[in-house]
Amino acid sequence: MRYAMAVDTKKCVGCSDCVVACQTENNVPHGFCREWVVETMNGTYPQLEIEIRSERCNHCINAPCVRCCPTGASHFAEGGIVLVEHNKCIGCGACMASCPYDARYPHPDGYVDKCTFCIHRIKIGLAPACAAVCPTKCIYFGDLDDPNSDVSVVLKKRKSKTLIPEAGTKPQLYFLI
Amino acid sequence: MTSRRDFIRISVMGAGALAMTRGTLGAAKLLSSPDEVRKLKVDLKRTPTYCEVCFWKCAGWVYKTSEGKIWKIIGNDEDQHSNGRFCPRGTGGVGMYYDEDRLKTPLIRVEERGKQVFREVSWDEAFNYISGKMKDISSKYGPESMALFTHGNGSSYFTNLMKAFGSANIAEPSYAQCKGPRDEAFLATFGEEVYSPEVTDIRDTKCLVLIGSHIGENMHNGQIQEMSDAIDKGVTIITVDPRFSTAAGKSKYWLPIKPSTDIALLLSWIHEIIYNDYYDKKYVEKYCSGFDKLKEHVKDFTPEWAYGITTIPPDKIRKTAKEMANASPAVIVHPGRHVTWYGDDTQRVRAIAILNALLGSWGRRGGFYRPAKYDVPSAKIPKYPESKKSWTDAFPGKYPIASSPVSNALIDASIPGNNPAYSIKGWIVNATNLISSIPNQANTLKAIQNLDLLVSIDTMPMEITGWADVVLPECTYLERYDVLRVSPHRKPALALRMPAAEPMNNTRSAYNIARGLALKLDLGIYFPFEKQEEMLDWQLKQVGSSLEEMQRIGVKTKEREADDLYFAENENVTFSTDSGKIELYSKYFEGAGFDPLPKYVAHEEPPDGFYRLIYGRAPMHTFGRTSNNPNLTDLMHENLVWINPKVSKEWGLVNGQYIWLKNQDGVISDFPIKVRVTERIRWDSVYMVHGFGHKQRQMKRCFGKGASDTRMITKVLVDPLMGGTGMRSNFVTFVTEKSEKEVAS
Amino acid sequence: MEEELLVSGRMNHLIDPQLNIWHWQIPLYLFLGGMAAGILCIAALYFIRGRENDYRTAVRITPFLAPFLLVIGLITLFIDLRHKLFFWQLYTNIRLQSPMSWGAWTLMVITPVSFIWCALHIKDIFPNWDWKFKWIYDIESFFNKYKKVLAWIMLIYGIILGIYTGILLSAFNARPLWNTSILGPLFLSSGLSAGAAATLILSKNKSERRQFARIDLVLIGIELFLIIHMFMGFLASTQVQIEAAKLFLGGPYTMSFWIFVVIMGMLIPALLEFMELGKFHIPAIVPAVLVIFGSLMLRFIIVYAGQVSRWLY
Repeated sequence: MRYAMAVDTKKCVGCSDCVVACQTENNVPHGFCREWVVETMNGTYPQLEIEIRSERCNHCINAPCVRCCPTGASHFAEGGIVLVEHNKCIGCGACMASCPYDARYPHPDGYVDKCTFCIHRIKIGLAPACAAVCPTKCIYFGDLDDPNSDVSVVLKKRKSKTLIPEAGTKPQLYFLI
Repeated sequence: MTSRRDFIRISVMGAGALAMTRGTLGAAKLLSSPDEVRKLKVDLKRTPTYCEVCFWKCAGWVYKTSEGKIWKIIGNDEDQHSNGRFCPRGTGGVGMYYDEDRLKTPLIRVEERGKQVFREVSWDEAFNYISGKMKDISSKYGPESMALFTHGNGSSYFTNLMKAFGSANIAEPSYAQCKGPRDEAFLATFGEEVYSPEVTDIRDTKCLVLIGSHIGENMHNGQIQEMSDAIDKGVTIITVDPRFSTAAGKSKYWLPIKPSTDIALLLSWIHEIIYNDYYDKKYVEKYCSGFDKLKEHVKDFTPEWAYGITTIPPDKIRKTAKEMANASPAVIVHPGRHVTWYGDDTQRVRAIAILNALLGSWGRRGGFYRPAKYDVPSAKIPKYPESKKSWTDAFPGKYPIASSPVSNALIDASIPGNNPAYSIKGWIVNATNLISSIPNQANTLKAIQNLDLLVSIDTMPMEITGWADVVLPECTYLERYDVLRVSPHRKPALALRMPAAEPMNNTRSAYNIARGLALKLDLGIYFPFEKQEEMLDWQLKQVGSSLEEMQRIGVKTKEREADDLYFAENENVTFSTDSGKIELYSKYFEGAGFDPLPKYVAHEEPPDGFYRLIYGRAPMHTFGRTSNNPNLTDLMHENLVWINPKVSKEWGLVNGQYIWLKNQDGVISDFPIKVRVTERIRWDSVYMVHGFGHKQRQMKRCFGKGASDTRMITKVLVDPLMGGTGMRSNFVTFVTEKSEKEVAS
Repeated sequence: MEEELLVSGRMNHLIDPQLNIWHWQIPLYLFLGGMAAGILCIAALYFIRGRENDYRTAVRITPFLAPFLLVIGLITLFIDLRHKLFFWQLYTNIRLQSPMSWGAWTLMVITPVSFIWCALHIKDIFPNWDWKFKWIYDIESFFNKYKKVLAWIMLIYGIILGIYTGILLSAFNARPLWNTSILGPLFLSSGLSAGAAATLILSKNKSERRQFARIDLVLIGIELFLIIHMFMGFLASTQVQIEAAKLFLGGPYTMSFWIFVVIMGMLIPALLEFMELGKFHIPAIVPAVLVIFGSLMLRFIIVYAGQVSRWLY
């Protein structure tokens, strides 16, 4: 079982609903975010191109954060989801330094926090909060090992990319382009 | 003139605007006690509501923690407005509830207006004060000298109050400052307005044409959802915008039009579609009148002619016209929503309406559908007293096409010098921050200074509350019952709003406030139900439901009475116009002394060193209403001014720099605004998101953040037909250092 | 024109606009650990080679600094933790892939070892020292019997301590400035250099001082070689590493790096020590202090500059 997420950049409008929904669902403290939206634009008026991406932790297969964690607090859970066990985390910051996507943040309570693919929702058959709320329905989530899951189907149909694949992390957040 | 149009206009007035109709006093069936209502079985973990962060009114569920605290807000899957998905503002609605800067208790001012020195008072004292002043005004000048400015769901209660008091001066800024021109244009053409939510069948359309509309940045939930569905189906989007909007980023064609020249483009499209025989002949023949006059009118409006005005190359105009024609009738030339730009906006949207009619999209799949709604009866109340005069008496003959009171006209009527015959002396302002929503702030403030009474009802200490005599704190939508949502849609639907929490501090719901005032004014008979729950239960029982059922399901949808979502093949449709047909040539406008067919008129261009101020929305905010919301300020806490790199190079401005804006009348922004150097904006314009630059220190998160575009809009181009305030003819220049002298002004 | 911006206002404390999770505590610890490692390695090395009597200060006296350096270092590490109550979790797991875990366990070994080593030579500082309890004397003689084994342990763990601080940083490939395998050897040589400088200050034996001046000279030469190769590596690598290198070649850290670390911390002491060897009399404390200062600044600048370098946004 390998959980992955795909974001359709052709439909994402950058509304940041995913960010707020994640914040309320997971009680993310104010001033912090587990997800964010990036706009890249290039060209000269009027030949312009824009790409909008909703980003978060990539739950990499070769996660440097799991590798660098001295206590094992950062670990792989079911489906390859990268989680942080709060009571094992000492707050050393190694994982934050090792993430090339800067997806982690120091929670005010001391431990390190990040996107969990809403594992508490997946366990009861619901989609992650961001995928469930997105008004353009551009966030797909599912099991890559299941050829019929939303994410497998859409990745077969469309061209996709990941962010900085050269960092060697094998991220599981795909962007449909 | 026939009353058919008038009849339609009255009955299509916004949802809830007429919750109470005139009628004989009947026996209203009341529940025995309010406790009975509360004892009904209710799922405590989640409660239904519909959102009030913007006007879309998506229905959803408020989830609470096991301690009963509001946790999150999720969409109701049954709801046609949201389809189970709320937008970022709706999801962030919890922030509105938890915002510690909320108004907490009624206030009465103790020093001069605007100094913001208030004393806290009880509700009773506040009501006594207001009713006393209202009675004063009534005895001195007549009840017609009271006016109501309102927005949102509380409108129906305060409208009821004002009408009961004897005044017809009830204006919603959303008319003359936003969608008024579009509704008048469509009413004149099709005999029907576009409604809210708009009856655009985007999810099935093959071609979506956006004239300045920035869906994707303006977060009309249903529109974005349907646009996304359409993108999946391969829709062709044509965006006409001087700025590379998000929608332009998803368009097959982006027409980077020179600002203020849209009518020329529309006329040349009409020309192409007629003279190339692209139009839907059967449809036009069967349903439209005035075609020949239209054809003659657009004879010379060729793409080449339009090119010279709009800078859009002729072949692009031809190509896009063909695209629209190929998609016909599943094509939408979107009427937009906020269309008050240059003062000829009614005529511009008329051109859009005409274009839609030629393409045969009105009443067809992929075009515009026929909405349906529940017919919910209202409580029986006595007839309203007749209002002997109104704002139209202040300005006889002005804005003859306006079917709703014009807010800016009401403001002008409040300035004594303007009209000796009649003057408005007291305002009740409900849930609208006039300082931010009405352009030409100086005029609004002048009017305010001459009032005998200004009451502001709001949830947050917005700028208007600073000028009020009495500030009444309303609780948020999460803490109250409200009118039933009966908005029209593809299927008739009802949505219930019920409180998820008790009102915080000393706040009260709009119903409570309106009824409280009514009782002091001896108008209690117009509010027969003591509590909203009782009225809601009574209303719901009349349509085969009940409060208990709605509390369980939140949204109730039923099938349409007939299979008439679209026109049937060869259906004989009578339109609510004077001729009974779609009026391509508007005899109604002609009779009122205006152009029956739209004409292009050139508008002022920015002088040297100045740039046209274009404003818009951000998807994570609703105007200035959400600027202080903690969840949403996390996403965006200030606005930026978009400047083209050519311009920034000329001025030596860099990305991230803070500058002040100065407009053509010498008005300087209160606060500096951050520069974004981007190719997305044309070199003759600058762009900023509306709703920032708040001056209220009580709103700690948003005070001083960004700049206010409303402050820079001092020149207003008023639409002579219906009073709409065109706001896009203001030009700004940049000030990099603000001297002390300028700050003081 | 190319624009890349965060639309949703991300500004995570200590992460944006650039990483800022490690402040003075970490570079200070890296320096203290490195210097302690240098001291202990040199002591162990000369003991094993039987040169204890030639370099009495190096083998017997200077190591007294090590326990203090290590304990202060551990305290600063503890202060840096954000979830302090759970610090003991470091010692419930051994994670071979995490250099930080290596560090935690290495410190766990070498700190007591350094205490023991000092205890064995306590009479060099306090000639009238009395352990008072027989069992302590028994332990002392036990360790004296196996002193060579102890020295080997100290040498090996000292090298690990010295080099792991660099490997720790280089394992974070998300910070391009650190992602070079040269950082390990560089920190080790810097630590050895600081350790040698400590002996240079403390030693009263002229020939010992000359020897250590020579050692320092060689180590500085190695460090300069490594630094040059580090930059050559960066500039011949990917775009993010080129940009990381630019931080020191015209960027905000140029002045501080070249002046504090290279000129003051390496070139000037080298020159002074060269002159010393060439019969000019320079007070030994001057180059030694400069070397220690340079070692400290190297850690500070690398840690702070490294947090500025990133892949995205």
